[in-house]
Amino acid sequence: MSFYLQPSFFILLAVAVVPAAVLGFAGRRIKYYGFVASLFFLSMLFGRDLQGFLAFLFFVVLAFGVTRWELASWKRGQKSMAKFYVSLAAVIAPLVIYKVGAVFDENLLGFIGISYITFKAVQVVLEIRDGLIKELSAFDYLYFLLFFAPFTSGPIDRSRRFSEDANRTYTAPEYADLLSRGILLLLAGACYQMVFGTICHHFYTPEAFSADHSLLYNMAAAWKDAFAYGFYLFFDFAGYSLMAMGASYCFGIRTPRNFRAPFIAKDVKEFWDRWHMTLSFWLRDFVFMRFVRSATRHKWFKSRLTCACVGYIIDFGLMGVWHGITVDYIVYGFFYGFLLAATDIYQKKCPFHKKHKKDTWYKLVCWAVTINLVMFAMSIFSGQAHIIVAGLIHG
Amino acid sequence: MTEEEIEKRTLELLAEVCDDEVVYEERDIDLFEAGLLDSMAAIEVLVGIEEAFGVEIAPTEVEREEMNSVNKIIHQIVVRALA
Repeated sequence: MSFYLQPSFFILLAVAVVPAAVLGFAGRRIKYYGFVASLFFLSMLFGRDLQGFLAFLFFVVLAFGVTRWELASWKRGQKSMAKFYVSLAAVIAPLVIYKVGAVFDENLLGFIGISYITFKAVQVVLEIRDGLIKELSAFDYLYFLLFFAPFTSGPIDRSRRFSEDANRTYTAPEYADLLSRGILLLLAGACYQMVFGTICHHFYTPEAFSADHSLLYNMAAAWKDAFAYGFYLFFDFAGYSLMAMGASYCFGIRTPRNFRAPFIAKDVKEFWDRWHMTLSFWLRDFVFMRFVRSATRHKWFKSRLTCACVGYIIDFGLMGVWHGITVDYIVYGFFYGFLLAATDIYQKKCPFHKKHKKDTWYKLVCWAVTINLVMFAMSIFSGQAHIIVAGLIHG
Repeated sequence: MTEEEIEKRTLELLAEVCDDEVVYEERDIDLFEAGLLDSMAAIEVLVGIEEAFGVEIAPTEVEREEMNSVNKIIHQIVVRALA
């Protein structure tokens, strides 16, 4: 069974929300029931996929073991960096092996939701090391990893925020507010994905440039497809994210939002503050931050700007590789890395930008340039650019 | 380190990251809304603070509303550095 796609999922969800609502209105904690419900939904998710289930089980046992081991070291005051590095390597390894295996068409250690559970497990390992997580019960850790609502594709929550919600009790009016918002989010998300997403996808018909038409016609058709795909992806993924948020709300967990009107962004940096936010913020807080910090400490670069630019390229390059080790995804990631670096340099060094950045006409131009760059990136991501380039090369 | 020194060095840091001398004057405006800081630049500020004052502030430790103006940033450093 797939989450948020099949009618059977929604029927089971509606049934599963009833006990959660009873607990919520009664001012009781929902977490123990939420955990049982999550186990049920995960058993439906893996269903007949025994290989996936075993890989999932292996991951959970591994992540649980190394995280407890690291936490114990920190609690004792030993703070063993060796244990930290081993733990970090252990929680990242299955995803890396899976992604590399995929290049050779082998499914090694892969399972539905491996990326998102890895993000969560890595966050905990890093924050124990940073001293931000001082206490985390075994139950809360497992509930954080296994909570079904955002399990397959995010949004990527953070453990301290998650545990705070899981352990609080709501008053009846507070829960009523949460539940009603949850239901609205589920409906809005379903509408985004099933209505608007489907309509946009209808207009997405990518093809190679045809010799029967003029270059201008071919380019206009490609432009139309890039936009159709961009809006399709937005409605599909934002719709899914809204539904995952909505289901979480019903269980008393305020999973963070993933999209905030991304297509109104006036530069690509702002776009990534609005698009797949929990992923870009995760990479910002745990990859960009650590890179900039190491670079500053060891004085790798002369200027702060150079350091930030290299940070962007690494951050977004990694984002591309994470999507998959394919030419399209890697080009997509580095395209954004270089684009963000160029944007930063332009905004800091160009007197013209500084002079006009508050002018309405200038903002409009920036918006138009940005949305076209974003849609161009979409055409790389979707494989449309690949089709066109391959078509041009092979005639 | 005194509060005045912290203020002076923080202002220098912010002027460099935001690339705008306006931070010396407008100390209570929301730096994010004014387009002077974005979430990536905010990370540069945190690393700069760590470098200058030895004060570690993790990006997820403080809510953005508590660190979105020059004065609030100075306050966050002061309460940690002089604690």
